[in-house]
Amino acid sequence: MSRVGRAETVMVPPRPASPVSCTLPPMEPDVSDELLLRALRSGDEQAFGTLVDLYYGSMLRIALSFVRSQAVAEEVVQDTWLAMLRGLGAFQGRSSLKTWLFSILVNRARTTGAREARSVPVADAGPVVDASRFGPSGTWAEPPEHWIEEAESRVDAERLRQLLRTAMDGLPIRQREVVLLRDVEGLSSTEVCEVLALTEANQRVLLHRGRGKLRQSLETAFGDSPIVGGSSGGSSGGSSGGSSGGSSGGGTR
Amino acid sequence: MRLSLFRRQRPLVCQQVVEMVTDYLEGALSAADRARFETHLAGCPHCTEYLAQIRETIRLAGRITPEDLTPEMRTDLTDLYRRWRADG
Repeated sequence: MSRVGRAETVMVPPRPASPVSCTLPPMEPDVSDELLLRALRSGDEQAFGTLVDLYYGSMLRIALSFVRSQAVAEEVVQDTWLAMLRGLGAFQGRSSLKTWLFSILVNRARTTGAREARSVPVADAGPVVDASRFGPSGTWAEPPEHWIEEAESRVDAERLRQLLRTAMDGLPIRQREVVLLRDVEGLSSTEVCEVLALTEANQRVLLHRGRGKLRQSLETAFGDSPIVGGSSGGSSGGSSGGSSGGSSGGGTR
Repeated sequence: MRLSLFRRQRPLVCQQVVEMVTDYLEGALSAADRARFETHLAGCPHCTEYLAQIRETIRLAGRITPEDLTPEMRTDLTDLYRRWRADG
């Protein structure tokens, strides 16, 4: 019985990260944080405006991923700013200003949009590519369709953004949080772990699932041949046993 | 060759490779797994394509534009700050 995918990756013992991890975007320089904090505390309205310009758009977008209504999301963001100001005196600067702000935001947005949040387990069990697309030996039977060129040149930017937004909205909440903060907002993995209170390993699992589903959505929308059997986007279902007699039932829903 | 430095390892199959893509991009693979991963990619155009698509997905996600700050909201927030300052 071949274990495929998750078991394989997650069981890998933790090692010191290889040099690649150095390519993560650097944290915000403390210097500007320091200056901003001092200015904020001393009542500098312009400093506050700068901070709002820097983060408001991102904050609203994050809030909107938890609560669907624009009005409620705006309220969550306003509450976050107020909470930040109230906490300003006690803020130690142990995390960056941005990480702190986003943590407050995520906590408020989670409480407000309590829906699916919190109790959802970290990983859905399904593989990142539907098992039916591989042959018995684990090689591609139905290889990835080409879509990069299509998406780059022939699809207009607005349609692409719309598609990605919809695909993001379709992700399970935990995956959505991580993909949003990492790939849309450009936070480093360390920052994301801090904001969402996740371990690095769990962060990677969520990121992996989320990105995989977004890729599937792009393939489904722009791929060069129609997929037979129509497994679009969602990938739940059993991990097929690979060789003989594996349950190849229902990888879709 | 290089692989023989490590314990005898079966070569990876595509279905395993796609599940390792994120750990690879995050630099979270062991040196041995990284080598196996790259060896597989070198001989597999489909998995190479898959990796390229994941990179493209990340790039495209980064282009989703943030929400706009409306003038009304800016005013609201400035008021918020002023009130906070006044409460001092």
